[in-house]
Amino acid sequence: MTEIVRSTAATLAERIAAGEVTSVQLTEAHLDRIDAVDGAVHAFLHVDRDGALADAAESDARRARGQARGPLDGVPVAVKDVLTTRGLPTTCGSKILEGWVPPYDATVVTRLREAGLPILGKTNMDEFAMGSSTEHSAYGPTRNPWDLDRIPGGSGGGSAAAVAAFEAPLAIGTDTGGSIRQPGAVTGTVGVKPTYGGVSRYGLVALANSLDQAGPVTRTVLDAAMLHDVIGGHDPRDSTSIAQEWPSFTEAARAGATGDMTGVKVGVITELAGEGWQPGVMARFQESVDLLVKAGAEVVEVSCPSFVHALAAYYLILPAEASSNLAKFDAMRFGLRVTPEGSPSAEDVMRATRDAGFGDEVKRRIILGTYALSSGYYDAYYGQAQKIRTLISRDFDAAFARVDVLVSPTAPTTAFKLGEKLDDPMAMYLNDLATIPANLAGVPGISVPNGLADEDGLPSGFQVLAPALADDRVYRVGAALEAIHAEQWGGPLLDKAPELETE
Amino acid sequence: MTTSTTEALMPFDDVLAAYDPALGLEVHVELNTASKMFCGCPAEFGGEPNAGVCPTCLGLPGAMPVVNGKAVESAIRIGLALNCDIAEWCRFARKNYFYPDMPKNFQTSQYDEPIAFDGWMDVDVEGETYRVEIERAHMEEDTGKSLHVGGSTGRIHGADHSLVDYNRAGIPLIEIVTRPILGAGEKAPEVAKAYVAQLRELIVALGVSEARMDQGNLRADVNLSLSPKGSGTLGTRTETKNVNSFRSVERAVRYEMQRHAAILTSGGSILQETRHWHEDTGITTSGRVKSDAEDYRYFPEPDLVPVAPSREWVEELRGTLPENPTARRARLQAEWGFSDLEMRDTVGAGALGLVEETIAAGAAPQAARKWWLGELARRSNEDGVDLVDLPITPADVARIQALVDEKVVNDKLARQVFEGVLAGEGTPDEVVEKRGLAVVSDDGALGAAVDNAIAANPDVADKIRDGKVAAAGALIGAVMKEMRGQADAGRVRELILEKLA
Amino acid sequence: MPEITRDEVAHLATLARIDLSDAELDHLAPQLSVILDSVASITGVAGDDVPPTSHALPLTNVFREDVVVPGLTAEEALAGAPEVEEQRFSVPRILGEEA
Repeated sequence: MTEIVRSTAATLAERIAAGEVTSVQLTEAHLDRIDAVDGAVHAFLHVDRDGALADAAESDARRARGQARGPLDGVPVAVKDVLTTRGLPTTCGSKILEGWVPPYDATVVTRLREAGLPILGKTNMDEFAMGSSTEHSAYGPTRNPWDLDRIPGGSGGGSAAAVAAFEAPLAIGTDTGGSIRQPGAVTGTVGVKPTYGGVSRYGLVALANSLDQAGPVTRTVLDAAMLHDVIGGHDPRDSTSIAQEWPSFTEAARAGATGDMTGVKVGVITELAGEGWQPGVMARFQESVDLLVKAGAEVVEVSCPSFVHALAAYYLILPAEASSNLAKFDAMRFGLRVTPEGSPSAEDVMRATRDAGFGDEVKRRIILGTYALSSGYYDAYYGQAQKIRTLISRDFDAAFARVDVLVSPTAPTTAFKLGEKLDDPMAMYLNDLATIPANLAGVPGISVPNGLADEDGLPSGFQVLAPALADDRVYRVGAALEAIHAEQWGGPLLDKAPELETE
Repeated sequence: MTTSTTEALMPFDDVLAAYDPALGLEVHVELNTASKMFCGCPAEFGGEPNAGVCPTCLGLPGAMPVVNGKAVESAIRIGLALNCDIAEWCRFARKNYFYPDMPKNFQTSQYDEPIAFDGWMDVDVEGETYRVEIERAHMEEDTGKSLHVGGSTGRIHGADHSLVDYNRAGIPLIEIVTRPILGAGEKAPEVAKAYVAQLRELIVALGVSEARMDQGNLRADVNLSLSPKGSGTLGTRTETKNVNSFRSVERAVRYEMQRHAAILTSGGSILQETRHWHEDTGITTSGRVKSDAEDYRYFPEPDLVPVAPSREWVEELRGTLPENPTARRARLQAEWGFSDLEMRDTVGAGALGLVEETIAAGAAPQAARKWWLGELARRSNEDGVDLVDLPITPADVARIQALVDEKVVNDKLARQVFEGVLAGEGTPDEVVEKRGLAVVSDDGALGAAVDNAIAANPDVADKIRDGKVAAAGALIGAVMKEMRGQADAGRVRELILEKLA
Repeated sequence: MPEITRDEVAHLATLARIDLSDAELDHLAPQLSVILDSVASITGVAGDDVPPTSHALPLTNVFREDVVVPGLTAEEALAGAPEVEEQRFSVPRILGEEA
């Protein structure tokens, strides 16, 4: 592996700016790395070699004219296949969208292009982002670069594995209940879910509209902040987008990198521990909390009693919204059309297509959501779940009245083996226990690498949550912990990952 | 599916002897905004198919809606004009059901939080006023339009496949729903018609829609049920769709009353279902049965934020409302000098706005009324279309009257001008020109015709010479016949008397 | 414990327009019961005094100017269609009523 693909995006940006490397060279290097390892990892569903190199050449030409568009101009990026890309296939990991080429770009993609980032390709995911392991992709699972027999988390396992395997310096993920943060935790990478409304959802194929949020997937906190600065901000095409100026997250990450936590009040969430939490994960978490104290933070325990209901509320709200969102996949206007024998009606074709085109998990959730919204059940399920959201928001409000940030392990366990939980939906759902409350309340969260669990030597994650709109805090605290860890470990956690065999 | 066309009907008078009708009307108004409800595509139906769409109104994965502020404003103004309360806070909701002309397979609508609610409108029918209570007016979006291919009639049944154009999908609609209208009795069909006609007039006065029923800008669904006379209960209702003229509203109500009564009297029960109105045959046929399977799974649209119109905005919009319909009718009647009966007929014919516009275009009030309620009403009856849907404008009518006033045509020729305009031959002046309808008052041309008439009728001429001036009529008739009616009768008479003096 | 029967799943599949096979129905019904059993724990947790939250952040009145902006060309709109005829989306025969 060439050294260049191990560089952080921030370093690559500096090196391009210094004229030490061109965008074409480093885009080529990443494409070569994809060729070498993606057969084993399967992080990508579609690689756009020609498009990425053309974008890179343009970037180099711009820079030669002295017209670079921003710090990341020329640094390549991978995009989760749930965001529409004009002229590039977008499948959402589903057979029902096989071969669909959108006629428009998602706003996030537009902003990447405008900032000059060549798009390497589209990353694998659980079908329609439903899952925590990427095993529900219709195109086969992504494998965890730390152990190819294990899951890379989900739903954005492709984006996390791509940066963990040095196939891309930057990637975009989406997080509905943890799909950026949990893959970050189990692959030893960084993932940020911004405040709901902080990054445009226009062009993000909705799983659960009131929970979805796109965000950065990277190897360092600074890289995540730089990418967030590119994709964030108000978009008039998304009615739920927040119309305000945001502070520079890059600045926040740089400020945090001093490792000084003096004056920061940190709350440890009581409810996110206990039965079902892997001892090695909890041990690393406690060590990090102690490190924060040593760095000057004031740490208290904070109870968020309604969090115990978060998972249940989530698994009612998400399927309900998803069942409606996925109705448009009906074989009439785009995507797969399966025509049964005889003289089928439009309805017959819809039914056959949806049966053939959707995987088991998608069907499960559509049926569950249809049930939750049905007359007679609405109040007991969907209505009640929306009230739980209120209670969870109140818990956050009360907690953030006492502390600046809340912390927990990102996921209860390290990466499990492929296939281990595939037919036990409830066991699979438990992976998102710690990440879901942030989505229900719309608050921002980050997962930073948190060392290896003793039992299995696999990565775990440390989650930092901040009040809505205070995304800068997750960068500041995340960068501080990252700096403290680097000192402790003598380098980034990914240095400890095994070398992948190359083809 | 029943498509029987031979359903039993009870004579209308017998229906009323045994039953009380309850009416309900749901009217969809297509707004005349420039852009669609939730995206910037043109809010125009027609034109090149699928050329007025974008990812949002085509329901492509990832696309999102943004509310058209002007549509909200129009909805509030309609609500205020219908004496409704305007919600302080309301949301859009998804109405989930699958249909190929609906891109997302849910309609973005409003459910239990409409923008306007609890209003009323007074409807005048033959001198009596009925207060129709408005339950709600809410915002929603239109669907695409299907062409049915194969089969014999272009209808959905028997079609081989369908072709969908989504240009109409997403055009803003306001749905206005009445509470059950009770106590209309034998006048139920007329009340239904008058409500829709007077609602249309209000919408036109507001300027929020073209409100043409024949163009589908205004669509009425008619709910009807019967209950045993005096029972005070509500019976099972049917919802008749596809009723696209005022007169069809009236006919559909009458038909359903007679059909329901026949079924109920023979011991049957009414199936709660949608019915389809067939303009050509004047009957309804069974549509889709409403059952428990009709579960729309409404929930708040998560891609849109709530609408919370400030009271200041609502009051500002109240200030833009046109005169209320009752006051307007009183004012116009006084201005025009119409008798009560003339006014009632004008309103009843749905011609108030047409007459007003014709007068505004320069015609005298009585002349405007005469044409719309005479010649044109006859044509609308013959053709089975509403007055507003006739292919003639108030300006055309005013121009024809001006031609009469200028003696370019006489009343009789004016009827031919109407015929020409209605047949699409052009403006009144073009019709006069093309058909050569102008009356001749030129003495040269008339003189020759008069001479011919005198020569052909020597005995009549003698009578006139003898002072029997009344006999001139016969000669005038002869001249008119020769000139195919296009002679100035007054001048002809003068010429005859001069020549035979 | 809320049970979801095989018949109920079949009915829901009809509402959701998914042609589930018998095997799928057999498989799904018990799984859904397990999930429902878990999520049913929230029934009654929040009382009438707790308002529902449909949007994470309390925005209101986000409106667009009533201005036409360019959308897709017909060619782009139809590019992904399974079948096109006369510049329209060709769909199988529609059961039901006149729209």
